[in-house]
Amino acid sequence: MKPSREVGIVGYGAYVPRYRLPASEVSRVWTGGHGGVPVDEKSVPGLDEDTATIAIEAARNALLRSEVDPGDLRSVWVGSESHPYAVKPTGTIVAEAIGATPAVSVADWQFACKAGTEALQAAFALVGSSMADYAMAIGADTAQGRPGDALEYTAAAGGAAFVVGAREQSLAYLEASYSYVTDTPDFFRRPYRHYPEHGGRFTGEPAYFKHITAAVQALLEELGYKPTDFAAAVFHQPNVKFPQRVAQILGFNKDQLKAGLLAGQVGNTYAAAAMLGLTAALDVAKPGDRILMASFGSGAGSDAFSFVVTDVACERQARAPSTQAYIARRAPVDYALYTRYRRKLQMQ
Amino acid sequence: MNVARYWRTEKTRYGLVGETCRICGEPIFPPRDLCPHCTEAGQDVRTFGGKGEVYSFSTVNDAPAGYSEYTPYTVALIKLQEGPLLTAQLTDVDEPDVHIGMPVEMVTRKLKEEGENGMIVYGYKFRPVIQA
Ligand SMILES: [Zn+2]
Repeated sequence: MKPSREVGIVGYGAYVPRYRLPASEVSRVWTGGHGGVPVDEKSVPGLDEDTATIAIEAARNALLRSEVDPGDLRSVWVGSESHPYAVKPTGTIVAEAIGATPAVSVADWQFACKAGTEALQAAFALVGSSMADYAMAIGADTAQGRPGDALEYTAAAGGAAFVVGAREQSLAYLEASYSYVTDTPDFFRRPYRHYPEHGGRFTGEPAYFKHITAAVQALLEELGYKPTDFAAAVFHQPNVKFPQRVAQILGFNKDQLKAGLLAGQVGNTYAAAAMLGLTAALDVAKPGDRILMASFGSGAGSDAFSFVVTDVACERQARAPSTQAYIARRAPVDYALYTRYRRKLQMQ
Repeated sequence: MNVARYWRTEKTRYGLVGETCRICGEPIFPPRDLCPHCTEAGQDVRTFGGKGEVYSFSTVNDAPAGYSEYTPYTVALIKLQEGPLLTAQLTDVDEPDVHIGMPVEMVTRKLKEEGENGMIVYGYKFRPVIQA
């Protein structure tokens, strides 16, 4: 897909909470320390953090880099599966906090881990159709896994925000995008349930791998590119192995993955995962670099995007804290403190 | 339920929106009917930048209703770069690391929840500066 007016990313911003739960803590409590772990550690939100506060900080960083007046944003769209309210938009809180209200379209998006990139597709379309000069799309989550479940090693918190604008103002312009979606029940959570259900091995082949490879292959074909045309590739990262394997299947190498593969240090940040990886890749990108991002959302689908970094990227990188600066700001917690921070203790 | 009061003070809490006195030009936070410097009425809205330093601080172990789930936490007097002093919680910091003069920056966090069925109140807190 390509909009009629050329568009790109004008500003981007990341946020990762300060606390980390080492995977060894989960295995100490649940498997006696035996067995492999899917990540080194995952981010844990503090008691005063949720998807709204995470989205707000990522959005402020994106605005700092873009130097766009928040009053000129015509959308603030937040993708998440952990909105703080069941009814009441997260987006209104974010839009008010960053000063984007009231002349703005606000909505919360939902599509498991690709809720944020779905919002990004729409933001490109909003600016690409000239309905707006600037649009903001955010992916943010504070994911929960059932205690002792495989997901507890990885279910993490983080956010990434993008200000979309015309190509001439962009630090990375959009070449094209592609969305590939089928009805695949690999992972879901029913209303009023606290923890999700997942299909175990079923989450791999027919879900993650099939949808990402289909989306990326179609995008490369549409653009006439090979994997070697890209300086960096960022995939949805529920753990470290899945993105490594999908990269291998598609023909990308480990060097291309390096900048944007954060799951080992922050876990799976769900709707933020691919977008947060993209912020880290943009932090170290050079003008002319071509970057691929492919998300995955259970249910299931993948959005794939191809960007080219422009000459203004370097000056904008330094205007807000880098994604790696947030990752380096790390305070480990043990399983006991984690159960308090994630409110897993029954208090009354 | 204090929904109306929370809503009225939202801009102040979310974005450090204060005032500049039209008479004496002093910055004012939080907004007031009369200027605390010259006691005249008449102010213009201004947004503060969110950078400052710890002027004084104290750790709360026995919290007022609505805040007990966050204990222990540190409350500080923050001197904003623009001048005003305000009271706020510190976050993302361990109490032994807090010191007078510590550079801090504003973040928007959950202040409290009005119970399981009530609204979530968001507002400013301060944390050690993360370098760009
Ligand atoms: Zn005055």
